[in-house]
Amino acid sequence: MTGKRFWSWLAVTFGGLYFLLPLVGMFDFSMRMQRGAYSFEAYRVVLADPRFQQTFGYSVVLALLTIVLGILIVVPTAYFVRLRFPGLRPIIEFITLLPLVIPPIVIVFGYIRIYNTSSILPLTGSWWGTNILLLFGYVVLSLPYMYRSVDTGLRTIDIASLTEAAQSLGAGWARILTVVILPNVFVSVLSGAFLTFAIVIGEYVFAALLNVNSFGPYMVWMGGNRAYEPSALAVIAFAITWACMGLIQLFTRFSIFSIVRR
Amino acid sequence: MAFLDIQHLEKAFGAMRVVKDFNLGVEKGEFVSFLGPSGCGKTTVLRMVAGFETPTSGAICIEGRNITGLPANRRNIGMVFQAYALFPNLTVEENIGFGLKVAGEGKAATRSRVGEMLELIGLPQLGGRYPFQLSGGQQQRVALARALAPRPQVLLLDEPLSALDAKIRISLREEIRRIQRDLGITTIFVTHDQEEALSMSDRVVVMHQGIADQVGTPFEIYNRPTTRFVAQFVGSLNLLDANVVDAAAGKVLLGDVPVSLNRPLLGRSGERISLAARPEIVTLGRSDGDHVVLAGRIADVHFLGSVIRIRVAVEGGLLSLDTFNQPDRPPPLLGTPVEVSVSHRDLLVLAA
Amino acid sequence: MNTSALSLPATLRPRQIISWFGVAPFFLFALLFLILPTLNIVVGAFRNAQGQATLQNLGKLFSPSIQSAFWISIELSLLTAVLGCLFGFLIAAAITLGGLPRPLRNAILTFSGVASNFAGVPLAFAFIATLGRLGFVTMLLRQWFGINLYGSGFSIVSFLGLALTYLYFQIPLMVLIITPALDGLRREWREAAESLGASGFQYWRLVALPVLWPSLLGTLALLFANAFGAVATAIALTGSSLSIAPIVLFAQIRGDVLNDPHLGYAIAFAMIMLTAIANGIYILLRMRAERWVK
Repeated sequence: MTGKRFWSWLAVTFGGLYFLLPLVGMFDFSMRMQRGAYSFEAYRVVLADPRFQQTFGYSVVLALLTIVLGILIVVPTAYFVRLRFPGLRPIIEFITLLPLVIPPIVIVFGYIRIYNTSSILPLTGSWWGTNILLLFGYVVLSLPYMYRSVDTGLRTIDIASLTEAAQSLGAGWARILTVVILPNVFVSVLSGAFLTFAIVIGEYVFAALLNVNSFGPYMVWMGGNRAYEPSALAVIAFAITWACMGLIQLFTRFSIFSIVRR
Repeated sequence: MAFLDIQHLEKAFGAMRVVKDFNLGVEKGEFVSFLGPSGCGKTTVLRMVAGFETPTSGAICIEGRNITGLPANRRNIGMVFQAYALFPNLTVEENIGFGLKVAGEGKAATRSRVGEMLELIGLPQLGGRYPFQLSGGQQQRVALARALAPRPQVLLLDEPLSALDAKIRISLREEIRRIQRDLGITTIFVTHDQEEALSMSDRVVVMHQGIADQVGTPFEIYNRPTTRFVAQFVGSLNLLDANVVDAAAGKVLLGDVPVSLNRPLLGRSGERISLAARPEIVTLGRSDGDHVVLAGRIADVHFLGSVIRIRVAVEGGLLSLDTFNQPDRPPPLLGTPVEVSVSHRDLLVLAA
Repeated sequence: MNTSALSLPATLRPRQIISWFGVAPFFLFALLFLILPTLNIVVGAFRNAQGQATLQNLGKLFSPSIQSAFWISIELSLLTAVLGCLFGFLIAAAITLGGLPRPLRNAILTFSGVASNFAGVPLAFAFIATLGRLGFVTMLLRQWFGINLYGSGFSIVSFLGLALTYLYFQIPLMVLIITPALDGLRREWREAAESLGASGFQYWRLVALPVLWPSLLGTLALLFANAFGAVATAIALTGSSLSIAPIVLFAQIRGDVLNDPHLGYAIAFAMIMLTAIANGIYILLRMRAERWVK
């Protein structure tokens, strides 16, 4: 018994060391901008940089739009598949897992080829088109997480009975989805949403290859040209990831809906 | 010394003593049940015998050999779990042969023993199936065969029937008892179901708050319970409050009705006691001879078909009694004044 | 259309149509922005600039520079997948079966959720700040223990450095996926095995590992694909000094290198094939390993 516990502590200690050191290193480095003293100078410089403000703001807006569009596409699909087309489930699950199998760089390469200026749908030719393409690309990247969390949420409620109850009370489809189903899977949708946010906010490959100046390419540019600011950016990105995951935990743990579920 | 000897067994989790000074001797080939409500410590005793828990103090011996410090995998004790616990990745045959395989038994010997076991549980055609392809009852039979295949010295059954449907429970109950008798294997059976314990066992240990309240044959446990807990937990029971008037002469007062039990009582005069009677020994009407006769009124009538359960309000409480249905005699009406009789001999006296 | 479909009760049909409208956007979206772009690449890999069928593009993959880029990629992905599985398994086993305090388990799971998503550019920065030339650990080792990391040939901009960095998201991903599987190992299985005379080792060999096998394989395939497609981390860490397949493709698309779009198709196609093969192997093995599952 004690032997087992010893090895467990050993594994966790080594794991902890490996995982904490880069965080400490990153934080330590970000504080060293002023010689001889720890300071938040790097953060001040970064936050005051208009390009930071602009790219970061852009990425936040894009992430939020990704979440909204993702919900609009995924929730009705997951719902109707559970309710009416259980036979489609394997296909949908396969499709939603594809973005984990096909490297993202390949997907964006496909975009550039299909939607270039000389194609039928020249999305890359205009500012709007490029942004829409990037948005759709991010929705694709978020599909595995979005779909799985929504589907898990739907599994825990009896959507067939809820739907019939709502229909017998005279509700239409739009109302059923927005008033009955969505609130019941709200926590699952939120965890999918925060995960999406964490992924999209610092995404690099899609943005760089579509020539969009979002937060990801900005960070890479800083990495190539500055010394201390990249660490400050990494700390900020890490804090955002933590916040997203923390919020997921918070919502799943303290939601009145999830209490019933346990 | 008994075949399986448990002496002064204690188990504490932190400050909680879940098993207190547990003593039991089980003879070779005997079928003993541990009966009690959940949390009474019966499963903990079983797990200590199996070697999954370490006793805080005390000793467990098999054939005079102290096995208390022996790890579970060297005790040669078979165990059947409530939730079957068949290995999902192995077929029925592989499950049954598991114990022989890890013991390094030869292939041919294993195969013939597995076949023997499949015959024993009556599932010779299912050897190639995986556990998920079996019903609950079949899975539990396989679990039994798996536990028996390596010829254990003792078989432990931890509520093996409680996950099953009522019908299968009864048939499997009989089958377990048959197999146990055929093999003559020493068996401990843990259950919270008194019917199971009474119908299957050679002896029953009724456990309560970590203590073995009473050990005896099912007949003794049912008819001569020694503690109030045993009397109440096993079977249904009528309890009437009484005061001892004269302990030596066996005179008590039920409310203000004097009753003579015709035998000396252990309590002192003036002490409060409980009189207990099983519903089936209470009869409607006045019986002569050594019977206690009480007057009361019909308080409740439940017509259950073959049996009519009647409740009579008497001094000191309500008495339940069962009569058989008789087509020519309708059940009594509520409020009818009646007399009920209980034999002195069968009236139990319990500490209040 | 056959008659039985036509004779559906009239009340059913509008309902069906609405249901189809509910799922149609998804299929349209997946077709336009996931499937067609991918197919375009696959088809493009077998065509030349004039649109004729050819295997020449794939042939170009076997030029030494591209071949070596793929080999490095495969080695890197395989190594980090295997090590990620191994270390992730150890940590998951420690928090599920190791008798550690419950709050620690929750803390580690939450952290794994964060770390598995803390990939890409910021992760690279964190490792540069830690194991770079002036990194925290590099300095620490030099000042406290007199070890000169870079003098001994280590560099964060190397295969080893990249592997160390990738493990930062590979291990937590394994922890997240395998912990529920380890929780699914029932205590009674272990006890049943023990009471039948099995040692701890025999229990793991005959019961626990076979039960976990499908999850382990699945995670291995997922980790492989995960590492294989990771571009941002590599670019932010090494610029383009380490030539791995996705970086070569990135450069191709950017047009930094000799602009031959069809070679790009071929590289992308090969990448899809490799991750597809990894997943195919996984599915195959899983089907064999899961005969005993419903």
